[in-house]
Amino acid sequence: MTSPLLRLISITLLACLTACTGGESKVEQGNREGVLHYGNGSEPQGLDPHVVTGVPENKIIRSLFEGLAVKNPYTLEPEPGVAESWDISEDGKTITFHLNPKARWSNGDTVTASDYVWSWHRALNPNMGNQYAYMLYPLVNAEAYATGKLEDPNEVGVKAVDDHTLVVSLNAPTPYFIQLMDHYSTFAVHPETVTKHGGATDRFTPWTRVENMVSNGPFVLTEWKLNRYIRIEKNPLYWNADNVKLNAVIFYPTENLTSEERMFRAGQLHHTNEVPLDKLPVYKAMPKSPLVQAPYLGTYYYLLNTDRAPLDDVRVRKALSMAVDRDTLVSTVLQGAYVSAYSITPPDTLGYYPPKTFGYDPNKARALLAEAGYPNGENWPGLELTYNTSENHRKVAVAIQQMWKDVLNIEVTLANQEWKVYLDSVNQMNFQIARRGWIGDYVDPNNFLDLFISGGGNNNTGYSNPEYDDIILRRAPSAPTRDERYSLFREAETMLMESMPIIPIYTYTSKHLTHPSVKGMPSNLMDSLNIRYVWLDPSETLELE
Amino acid sequence: MWRFIIGRLLQAIPVIFIVITATFFLVRAAPGGPFDAEKAVIPEVKAALERQYRLDLPIHEQYIAYLVDLSQGDLGPSFKYPGRTINELIESGLPATAELGAYALLIAVIIGSLAGIAAALRPNTLQDYIPMSMAMIGICMPTFLLGPILVLIFGIHLDWLPVSGWGDIPGDKLMPSITLGAAYAAYVARLSRAGMLEVLSQDYIRTARAKGLPEWQVVLKHGLRGGMLPVVAFLGPAFAGLLAGSFVVETIFQIPGLGRFYVQAAFNRDYTMILGTTVFLSTLIVLFNLLSDIVAAWLNPRLRAQLSE
Repeated sequence: MTSPLLRLISITLLACLTACTGGESKVEQGNREGVLHYGNGSEPQGLDPHVVTGVPENKIIRSLFEGLAVKNPYTLEPEPGVAESWDISEDGKTITFHLNPKARWSNGDTVTASDYVWSWHRALNPNMGNQYAYMLYPLVNAEAYATGKLEDPNEVGVKAVDDHTLVVSLNAPTPYFIQLMDHYSTFAVHPETVTKHGGATDRFTPWTRVENMVSNGPFVLTEWKLNRYIRIEKNPLYWNADNVKLNAVIFYPTENLTSEERMFRAGQLHHTNEVPLDKLPVYKAMPKSPLVQAPYLGTYYYLLNTDRAPLDDVRVRKALSMAVDRDTLVSTVLQGAYVSAYSITPPDTLGYYPPKTFGYDPNKARALLAEAGYPNGENWPGLELTYNTSENHRKVAVAIQQMWKDVLNIEVTLANQEWKVYLDSVNQMNFQIARRGWIGDYVDPNNFLDLFISGGGNNNTGYSNPEYDDIILRRAPSAPTRDERYSLFREAETMLMESMPIIPIYTYTSKHLTHPSVKGMPSNLMDSLNIRYVWLDPSETLELE
Repeated sequence: MWRFIIGRLLQAIPVIFIVITATFFLVRAAPGGPFDAEKAVIPEVKAALERQYRLDLPIHEQYIAYLVDLSQGDLGPSFKYPGRTINELIESGLPATAELGAYALLIAVIIGSLAGIAAALRPNTLQDYIPMSMAMIGICMPTFLLGPILVLIFGIHLDWLPVSGWGDIPGDKLMPSITLGAAYAAYVARLSRAGMLEVLSQDYIRTARAKGLPEWQVVLKHGLRGGMLPVVAFLGPAFAGLLAGSFVVETIFQIPGLGRFYVQAAFNRDYTMILGTTVFLSTLIVLFNLLSDIVAAWLNPRLRAQLSE
């Protein structure tokens, strides 16, 4: 009696299976229609430039909005965005932006200088709770206003002279300020649209919904399916629309790396946000590999709590750092996915190379530890290494634990903590050694070196050196040329690494699988996507053997 | 019968209330807060954020304010997704999760009970051993293993089915439903085999056979009703379990469901989201348990008689 029913079910299943076989993949269809399928890591928190903080948000927001200046994806140097040009005064403290009169909001309104003034006041308003407000701190009085010490936003150093001229006054010369104009926290929003749907500084308004959003970038938001995809389409009112080659982009929240990789292989994605580490060797071995790997503006390191024994002794800190064989770690445990690091700033940060003050040196490490009173690990009080739960962090920690055991004969215990618990421990300085990663917000050594100023919010090591602070806060900003500035940074970084409040481990890399049909998406240090440059060549096909 | 239902509903209220209270205080007791991030948050900004989410109030006032909102059906704003309410997020995730759960349950019941009945009809023969060993494998095989295996075979090698998505490409609902339903199908198979075996050895079945009824009538008309009782009792909690436990399948197949919100909310310390999904799912679990009790009572003549007294 069961067999006819079983047969029925298997026939239905088979019918369904055959119905969905074959056909054009999303990528093939996308190539034909100029639609890019982009793996974007996770569902964006939101799309309000003054509210959100993450990388997936960044990719979408920078396609929907445009800053005063944008980054060239090949060189990362700024090029005109909403501003056609800008003049920097001789003392470096005043910047005049000349806005492009053709710049439009997607509802047809002109983008004016006063939109910027309004938006920057909004971004800095303490009620906004904007976690990236500090991006605008180079402006006169910005910090005072953002922290509530100053009531009147009109005292902040940004003025609209006329509709198309924006004058910015800075506290000190800030060579990277133009770069910040491509960070979404400095973007203008359309004042009428924001206020139409709620308070100007309200985080909970629906102005970023598809039906409400007004933006000024090369694309406009046309569909937003939570946790499924976000679709943006070419904005015909964009001033440079003639040079936008794609018709649409679909961003997918690809949280699971393995699923994302499978989607890529099945022709559902043009570009993945990541590549699973264990798949790297497979893709590296392919003759026409879709793997694109490049250095990334981020450093993976261990924080050392210099307030606690035995790490209050610089010799112990140096011994620990010198006993780590980074090259072996990177090539074996990490499958060659990253680059060994010996300082905090990634190499070639817009022409800056950090000093290399030490290397892997087991003998010197042993000697230093003996000097500090622990010859061959005797009397060693023990140490605990804290990291947030993750397979990769665990692998690195286990390898380093073993290196310390082998080279220095000391015991270090590992403690993994859930993400928020770990953040709490680090912020409370409740650790001895803790894993840390820092990803730059702009390409400048300052973005890494100002972490370690005395009492800095992200210092988390107890490191404090007035001389170092003086270089970072005063001397480097007023250096007349880039070379002089960089040599001051090198001086400061040497000073930092002589004290070794951190153990640098590796420089991050960006890793993507990119379909060969995708053109104009070069890899760069910031993994920065400038969607205006991207186009699709349907003649290219993917070969995965 | 109505007294039974109303009684059970009244029992449910304190249960849900306790769940809310425990969750409310537990999530706040966990170290780390919703606004802790890798890059330190400026104190003024943090204060502004806490003000916007009422976290600056004393905890008992937060609790009362939450209960007041909840009584009006308002689950509050999300911490993780500013500009979205929890009601909206649950509404957006529920259809996919419920649909996935329903398909999985359907697969579980059809395949499971067919296998179970087949096994019970010829116990200790190949017809019993094969489906039951399959069921054992089904129970033991976790979804995070079965899912990728199915994807590799049907998605990549044979290229028959899409590897992810939900309702975007025809056929993309099949693999997730099978993955999620497989383990439950296995349970159903074992439950229905045990139930059928017990029933088929009863005197009234022998009587039915003695009357000369054809075997299929004996099994379907007289056996099934009693034999499926354990399965029915299992269905309520199973469906609730499918809704709450579809997280893994939702992640493997990139399905925009509720399960992903639920688990991520805990990692993000998204207080309102944790509470909202917990309240919502616990209410569902209580309701489905009640529903399966009612069906079980209706199927069981002895219980039915007791209740109608």
